[in-house]
Amino acid sequence: MYRYDEFDHQLVTERVEQFRKQVDRRLAGKLTEDQFKPLRLMNGLYLQLHAYMLRVNVPYGVLSARQLRKLADIARRYDRGYGHFTTRQNIQYNWVSLADTPDILADLATVEMNAMQSSGNCVRNITADPFAGRARDEIEDPRVWCELIRQYSILNPEFAYLPRKFKIAVTGAPNDRAAVGVHDIGLRMHHDADGRPGFEVLVGGGQGRTPVIGKTIRDWIEPEEILAYIEAILRVYNLHGRRDNLYKARIKILVNALGIDKFREMVDAEWEAIRGQGLTVPEAEQARIAQYFRPPAWASLRDIDAELELQATADPAFGAWLNSNVSAHKAPGYAIVSLSLKAPGREPGDLSADKMDAVATLADLYSLGELRVTHRQNLVLPDVRQADLKELFRELVSLELATPNIGLLTDMIACPGLDYCALANARSIPVAQDISRHFTAVDKLQEIGALSINISGCMNACGHHHVGNIGILGVDKKGKEFFQITLGGASDQNATLGDRLGPGLPQAEVPGAIEAIVDTYLAQRESEQETFLATYRRVGIDPFKTAVYGEEPVRRVA
Amino acid sequence: MALIRNGFLAADGYSPVPADAPLPATGPLLLTLPQWQAWRTELIERGTPVGVRLASDEHPEALAADTNHLSLIALEFPSFRDGRAYSYARLLRDRFGYTGELRAVGDVLPDQLLYMQRVGFDAFEIDSNDPVADYEDAIGGFSVVYQPSGDERVPALRLRHG
Amino acid sequence: MTQVLTANRLDDGRVVFLTPTGDWSPDLNDACTVSDDDAAQELSAVGALAEAACTVIGPYLIEVLEDEGQLQAAAIREAIRAAGPTVQAGQF
Repeated sequence: MYRYDEFDHQLVTERVEQFRKQVDRRLAGKLTEDQFKPLRLMNGLYLQLHAYMLRVNVPYGVLSARQLRKLADIARRYDRGYGHFTTRQNIQYNWVSLADTPDILADLATVEMNAMQSSGNCVRNITADPFAGRARDEIEDPRVWCELIRQYSILNPEFAYLPRKFKIAVTGAPNDRAAVGVHDIGLRMHHDADGRPGFEVLVGGGQGRTPVIGKTIRDWIEPEEILAYIEAILRVYNLHGRRDNLYKARIKILVNALGIDKFREMVDAEWEAIRGQGLTVPEAEQARIAQYFRPPAWASLRDIDAELELQATADPAFGAWLNSNVSAHKAPGYAIVSLSLKAPGREPGDLSADKMDAVATLADLYSLGELRVTHRQNLVLPDVRQADLKELFRELVSLELATPNIGLLTDMIACPGLDYCALANARSIPVAQDISRHFTAVDKLQEIGALSINISGCMNACGHHHVGNIGILGVDKKGKEFFQITLGGASDQNATLGDRLGPGLPQAEVPGAIEAIVDTYLAQRESEQETFLATYRRVGIDPFKTAVYGEEPVRRVA
Repeated sequence: MALIRNGFLAADGYSPVPADAPLPATGPLLLTLPQWQAWRTELIERGTPVGVRLASDEHPEALAADTNHLSLIALEFPSFRDGRAYSYARLLRDRFGYTGELRAVGDVLPDQLLYMQRVGFDAFEIDSNDPVADYEDAIGGFSVVYQPSGDERVPALRLRHG
Repeated sequence: MTQVLTANRLDDGRVVFLTPTGDWSPDLNDACTVSDDDAAQELSAVGALAEAACTVIGPYLIEVLEDEGQLQAAAIREAIRAAGPTVQAGQF
C-alpha cells in the first residue's frame, strides 16, 4: 500500500497544527460557529445529535493492520470504544470532544492517516473497488490513480469551496464494486486494442433527493491526462454549479440542466485550455506510486478447490461461509475474505476496539498485514492462503465476524440514522436489526441469493437506498417514523434507481413486508440462477405491490 | 478594514465612484463593470490607474481583452462559502494574462488567505486586529503543496523528481 | 405547551439543557421549564448570550411533556438527543 514520504508527512503535520490553532481560536471565542463550521468539516469534524463526530479517511478503503490498531487505540482513548465504517470506506467516531480532536489527528498522522476533506463542500475521500489489486476479474489496479487523485484534491485551493460536496470513485474491474455510477465523477478503467489502460469518465451521478445515474462524458481519457480532465470538470462545476439552493447544488443538477452534450462542450473547452501543462501526470510520479501497489510476495501456490469442497461437505457452516464470504483472488492458491460486520441484531458497520485489535492480528497472521474497508460497510482480508481458510474461519466465528451473508439479504447498508445523525428523520439501525433477526436461517438466505437491502434515515440517502435491490427510506410523518420501500435499484455496472413500492410502513411491519417481497421473488423466479434483481426486472413491480399491500397478499403483513 | 498587499499593510489609493456619478476628472479609480464599460475608451486614453471590482456573478471573461489596461481587479466573495472567485482568479492569471493587483474583497477570512494566495490573489481586504500576523500565519502554515495552482509553489509531484 | 432550552456544549458537543440557575445540565430533568411565550423568549435570550460567549452551540426551544414528575421530550428526535441512541452501540 501507499506509504507517506517526507512531503506527505510534512503536509499532514502542518495541517494538524493549523487545525490545532483553529480549535484554540474557536474555544477562545475568536471564531463563531458559522466561521468555524467549514473549517472543522474540512477536517472531518461534524456536530451530530449527541456529540462531535470525527470521520477519518481510509483512502480508497486500504488499511494496514498497524493503522487498524491505531484506530482501536483512538476508539478507546478518545471515544466510547467503537467505530463505525461508512459507505465512503471511511471510519467515524461518534463521541469525540472538540478539544481532543487535534490530538486525535496527530495520533492518526503517526500511522499516515488523516481526516482532511472527509466532509465539506470539497472533493471527498476517493473510493475504489475494495478488491483492487486482488480481484480475479480486474483489468487494472485503480489504486495508483486513486492516490494521484487523492493528492491532487487534498487542499486544492481552487476547489475548497465548491457549490457542494464532490465524490469520485474508481473501478478497474468490469464488475463494478465501487458504485461508480452514483458518483459525481465515476471512473471505469478499460484497455484499448493494444492492452493499454485508459479511463471512461462518468459524470453527474448521485443519490440524495434527486438520484441520478451518471452519464458517460468521455469514452476514453489517457491515464496521464486524468488530472487535467478532472480539473476541467471541477472548474466548470465551480463556476456554474448552483449556489442558491443547497438541494440543487450538486453537479448532477448542473449536468441535467445543461444536458450532457452542452456540459461536455464546456468541459472540453476548459480541458483544451489546460491540456499538456502542469497537470499531466509525470511518468516518474506514476511509477513511484505504482511501486507501492506492486503485488506482495505471494507464494507460488495452486488452487485447492477439491480440498475446500471436501472441507465444506464435512462442515456445512464452513461451506456456507466459503460460498458467500470468500471471493476469487488473482493469485493461485489465495482468496479474498470478507468479514461481515452484519451479524444478526448488530449495528451494521460498527466494530469495537477489541475486535479491531483482533482483526488486525488476523490480518498480520493471514493476510500480509493488509485490510480493506468496503462501501457496503464490511472489512476484507485481501491475501488469504486458501489452505488457511478453515483456520481463519474458526477464528472469525469466535469473533462473530463470520456471518455467511456477504452479498445476501442481511448484508445491509444502513446509515447511522436518527440514533446519531442530526439530519435524519428516522432511525435506520433498529430497522436493520429487525430484518437481520427475522432472517437468520442460513439456508434460506443462501436460497434467496444475491440481494442488497440499503437503508437510509432521510432523503440525503447516505444509506444508498435508491440503489438497493430493496431500498428502505425512513420518513417522518407527524412525529412518527415510517419506512418507504423501493425495489429494483442496483449500484453495479448496470446501475438503476429503485421504484417506489407504495406508502410507508411502520417499523414493525418492515420485516414482514421484506418477507412478502422475498417470497414473491422465490415464487416468480424462473430458476435458482435468476437473481432477485433479474426477476424484478422481468416481472415488474405489480406482484410485489400485491404481496405487500394487496387484497390477497401472498403473506399477511403484520 | 485593512488592506494587505504582497504581505504588507498598504494604503488603498483607489476610489470607488458612486452609481450615477460622472467620471471623476483624476485619480486612481475602482469601478464597477458597467462603469468601466461606459468609460473604457476615455480611461484608456487618459492612462491613469484604473481598477474594476467584479461581483461574484460577473465572469472575468468580460475583462479578458482589458487586462493590460487595468492595474487592479477586485473579486468579491459575497460569502466565504462562495468559491467562484477562486476559479475566476485562476482564469485571470493563467488564461487572460492579467499581471496587476488581484484583490480579494467581501467576506475574506484569515483561514481562506492561503487558498486565495495560491490561486493568484496578491491583495486582501480583511477585517482583523492584526492583519499582517494573520496573513503570515495563513501563508506560512504550509510548506508542501500537492498540486500546481497558478502560484509559484512547486508541487510535491515535481519536487519528488528533481 | 411546556418548553425547555437545549443546545450542544461547545467543548465536547454533548447535549445540554438550560437550568433555572443559568447553568447547562446534560440531564433533561434539570431543565428550566417555561409555559408562556415571554418566558420562552427570555430563555432564548439567555441561550443567545451563551452562544455568543462560546459556551454552547445552536440553542433552541423544544417541547416537553411531564410524566409522573419526569420530563420527556415530545418529539422523537429530541427524546433520542436527551436519552442517547436507542441501540446498544459499541457492544459488537
